[in-house]
Amino acid sequence: MKRPPVTLVASSLLVLCLAASVLTLHRLDELRGHATLEEVLYVSSPQALKRISLGYSGLLADIYWTRAVQYFGSKHVRGAEDYKLLAPLLEITTTLDPKLLVAYEFGSNFLTAKPPQGAGMPDEAVALVKQGIRSNPNEWHLYYDLGFIYYLDLKDYRNAADAFARGSRLPDAHPFLKLMAALAAQKGGEAQMARMLWTTTFETTTNKDIKANAAAHLRALRVDQDVTTLEELQARYRDKTGHFASSFSELESAGMLRGSPRDPLGAPYKLAAGGKVEVTDPDNLPFIEKGLSIGYIPPPKPKLLPAD
Amino acid sequence: MKGAPMKAAPMSRVFPIALNTFREAVRDRVLYNLVAFAVLMSGAAILVGQISVGIEKLVVINLGLTAVSLFGVVISIFIGIGLVSKEIDKRTLYTLLSRPVRRWEFVVGKFLGLVGTLVLNTFFMAIGVFGALLYVAHHFAKPDAWVLVALYFIILQFVIVTGLALLFSSFSSPLMSAVFAFSLFIVGAFAEDLRGFARMTKGITRWIATGAAYLVPNFSALNVITPVAHGQPVSGQLILYNTAYALIYATMAICGAVLIFERRNLK
Repeated sequence: MKRPPVTLVASSLLVLCLAASVLTLHRLDELRGHATLEEVLYVSSPQALKRISLGYSGLLADIYWTRAVQYFGSKHVRGAEDYKLLAPLLEITTTLDPKLLVAYEFGSNFLTAKPPQGAGMPDEAVALVKQGIRSNPNEWHLYYDLGFIYYLDLKDYRNAADAFARGSRLPDAHPFLKLMAALAAQKGGEAQMARMLWTTTFETTTNKDIKANAAAHLRALRVDQDVTTLEELQARYRDKTGHFASSFSELESAGMLRGSPRDPLGAPYKLAAGGKVEVTDPDNLPFIEKGLSIGYIPPPKPKLLPAD
Repeated sequence: MKGAPMKAAPMSRVFPIALNTFREAVRDRVLYNLVAFAVLMSGAAILVGQISVGIEKLVVINLGLTAVSLFGVVISIFIGIGLVSKEIDKRTLYTLLSRPVRRWEFVVGKFLGLVGTLVLNTFFMAIGVFGALLYVAHHFAKPDAWVLVALYFIILQFVIVTGLALLFSSFSSPLMSAVFAFSLFIVGAFAEDLRGFARMTKGITRWIATGAAYLVPNFSALNVITPVAHGQPVSGQLILYNTAYALIYATMAICGAVLIFERRNLK
């Protein structure tokens, strides 16, 4: 019998071993779980890493930023509550490259949002943005981000007004910053302020995810306002007739409303018992605080529609 | 290689040696690293947009220039250390020196040949960097021109490293030359820190530490990759002084190599 040539045997063996090693490695990864692969900072000192980079710190910063994005993304998808490595990863990134503005802007977003949307660490976000301002004192976006966190997350209106005012004095600053500084100083107009903050974000960001998030918040603000207005109309209708309207046409007939009201996505609002107004599909309108039916449980990850 | 009479200008003998060194490097498939570089750049340009946020252009510049620098340093060390020893091992050096070629002309020719190879290599890699940049940004912006300055500084880095590799190879074995050259490259990246440490010492230690800090090559001033990636300009003075420093340092290293090689017993 003719023996197969050595080349054929060796090639087949090589391909087999390659496939087997991939399968074994895959199984090993499953056994070890995500924790051992992700929850480790091999070198925790940003200064030490900068030295080790031998001057190629820009590339290392990009790698660490990508690692921070991947870390946040994988946790976010799983709806995690704990993001313990996020702040150190961002600190390392910005120490390696203090001019990496995306790391301050997006990083502070990741840190601020409440779990499971983010890490729920607004104080760390403030520290990160302040570090960004020290390294990039002429970037108005960073003052805006700082004011944003102080105003919406920490409800610290004095510091928010100060951050917006400092940012507004910079060249090329968005004109909204002056108004924001004034509103924050008055400690009022929260809905109006929130609308301005999210509008500025929507208009100035180039990232489609951030844009979609801002658009979702703007839609939520409009829904909250619509529901408040419609519920006020219901209350007035009851004062007039002794009962709540059972349909919007009744409110229309009473001359209190023109047409059937619809949410920002074009779906009609519903009238519920007790003069309440509800949205038709709350899953499509994340971040809304009003118009939700009793017992509604939002999905673990907010559904963001493409920003228009 | 045809010998030129001693009466002719030294450059007429140096140039053929340089050309031959370049041809030899091409024959040794040195330019194959361009394939790896092309894969790296196109892979990074496509992949980074999917796994990261907001740094597509930064990664292309940072990764591209870092790869140009590291690939070049590795080539300059590994080819540089063999420039002299290979000629001795193959006994081609004896044939060459039996012609009207001076030893210093041989060293300078080898140096220029390798630097020429690295410049060509860098040129092709630069095309790759700009190609990837165009792919991710869709257009060039004015600050992208500073990438050219960073590439020029990287070439200056190669000039110094090649000089050092040649210096070490003139008196040491290829393995030890590679170790010395790599060590000096790493120490050179810490040159600014070394001078800082020297300032903290006192007395005779300060003199020795300062001397050592100034003797090692300063690669940190030649690395402007990170600021250039952010579109920050590079001052004309830095370009001028870096050029002067690299040429002076490389000349120093070549002079050392020539001095050692002139005294070396080649029997």
